[in-house]
Amino acid sequence: MTATVVTPTAVPDSPSPLVRGRWAVSDTLTITYRNLLVWLRVPAYIVFTVIQPVIFVLMFRYVFGGAIHVAVKGGYVNFLMPGIIAQTAAFATFGTAISLAQELKKGVIDRLKSMPMARSAVLAGRLVADTMRMTVTILIVIGVGYAVGFRFENGVIPAILMVALGIFLGVSICMISAFTGLAIGDEESVQAFGLIWLFPVTFLSSAFVPISTMPGWLQAFANNQPVTYVVDTMRSLAIGGPIEASLWKSLVWLVGILVVFGPLAVRAYKRAS
Amino acid sequence: MSQTSSGPAILVEGLTKSFGDVHALRGIDLVVPRGTVLGVLGPNGAGKTTAVRILTTLLQPDKGKALVEGRDVVRQAAAVRRLIGLSGQSAAIQEELTGRENLEIIGRLYHLSKPDARARAVDLLEQFDLADAADRHAKNYSGGMQRRLDLAASLVGRPKVLFLDEPTTGLDPRSRLGMWDIIRSLVAGGSTLLLTTQYLDEADELADEIVVIDHGLVIAAGTAEELKSRVGGDVLEFSVPDRNAISDSVAAIARVGEGEPHADKETGIVSVGVGGRGSDALVDAVRSLDAAGVQTKGLALRRPSLDDVFLALTGHAAEEEEQRAKRGRSRRKRSGDDPADSDHAGNHTSKDAS
Repeated sequence: MTATVVTPTAVPDSPSPLVRGRWAVSDTLTITYRNLLVWLRVPAYIVFTVIQPVIFVLMFRYVFGGAIHVAVKGGYVNFLMPGIIAQTAAFATFGTAISLAQELKKGVIDRLKSMPMARSAVLAGRLVADTMRMTVTILIVIGVGYAVGFRFENGVIPAILMVALGIFLGVSICMISAFTGLAIGDEESVQAFGLIWLFPVTFLSSAFVPISTMPGWLQAFANNQPVTYVVDTMRSLAIGGPIEASLWKSLVWLVGILVVFGPLAVRAYKRAS
Repeated sequence: MSQTSSGPAILVEGLTKSFGDVHALRGIDLVVPRGTVLGVLGPNGAGKTTAVRILTTLLQPDKGKALVEGRDVVRQAAAVRRLIGLSGQSAAIQEELTGRENLEIIGRLYHLSKPDARARAVDLLEQFDLADAADRHAKNYSGGMQRRLDLAASLVGRPKVLFLDEPTTGLDPRSRLGMWDIIRSLVAGGSTLLLTTQYLDEADELADEIVVIDHGLVIAAGTAEELKSRVGGDVLEFSVPDRNAISDSVAAIARVGEGEPHADKETGIVSVGVGGRGSDALVDAVRSLDAAGVQTKGLALRRPSLDDVFLALTGHAAEEEEQRAKRGRSRRKRSGDDPADSDHAGNHTSKDAS
């Protein structure tokens, strides 16, 4: 054999860092596009991410709301909505874990890893698409909230910051979800118990009821967990109130989650098979 | 421009990989010349998929060397990824998307321009007989169509070396034949192909060279013909309707055959290699079975299949392996001797058969 071999795409063996950087961006966009397309095609995802929080809004507003007494401007619906938005962001990450576990099982991740695309793109594209999905869902939920009497009472910029903080919470939990989905690698298991902890973590917080109504031992947990910090901050941003203390605690927690679970998710992706 | 490389498309030397206590690969060697098809044959758990995963840069070996088109799969993984295509055991496609969308997205991830990715998708859909279904969701494809789409996806980047890991597992017989036609046409186009399979007829049908892997070792290598000659010529086969008479029948033909008879207790099929003695052996067999008073059906001589080869090499049929694996891996060690070197004149008895 004396043949001179030309690689199929006639690309040199090691592309320059510039080219690789450009690919990392374009590959991430391609994966993002793919994920959004899949989302639009599967009614179940849309139902879970949009309809479910809407039902929560209506249920808490009209069923449980009457029994829950809060002393905030505008009444319970104004207390409720920041909590619902935080929960929506957190629950939206179910999709992250389930999709990654699915792709892993079907061999899609193997295929992508065997291709000359940027290795970071699968996780990055997943994160970008899921953040967009989460944002759309949150905006819909706010729209429904407005229809049932919710109002931002604290101005436009705090309102935007509230949404941003909710998304930041979602992004952090997204990392935990990505890690969970890749580490478990089985759609059914992920669905059944991979993220079951999200229920107590969101409900045992200030999201739906004032913590002072809980028994003392539960208050100890609820008062000191990140969802409460984030929801308290979001509530203050939405309807006014002190934010300093809860904001810093929120940011420390969320950044901490990212710092721990980001690398874990990347490692799980590299090892995934 | 890319570096010049001559030599084989795939070169593997002393590759080992363990997962904890499980030794998936225990030092395998492979050479696949350009433009040829290597069939990697072995039962479930033999190490075939592990080998493919290492060669496609998905897994790092513990020891040994693996080169694809002269590039090291560990140190030059990125370069290797530009040269290969992989189609794994399940259809790695996005079922929610159409066939066309699947291929266009893969094309974009190979950094083709949008028009090029689109054109490539059209070509491949045409080639794989999916043009009519191009805009249907892949979820609604049949199993065979999904596998074809998966195979098409592995070709988007025009790979020089293609890895197909059990491409027909789970397909119905008709889809399987269709897949074989497609694989044959790829080979005719000059691709180098490494194909794993547990189906002996598949390796026979598609591969130029076959290596048989069992428990992480290459236990035989050669062309299908060479491997078949190891069985020792023709095979005498019959079935015993009365399952209780199987051991009698085995005893009766033990003297007729060359090597030990094999009996499948479930199907009642008994077979034994008879070398070049052909019709003499047939007559002897009829006599001694008759003398033993065993009723048989469909007594016949046939050319050996790769099933017989597997039996001769490992002492058990490929299909039994799974049950065996469950019972634990207490197996004798064997070295991988190369039948290509042996003169397979006439009817040498396979001593491995015991």
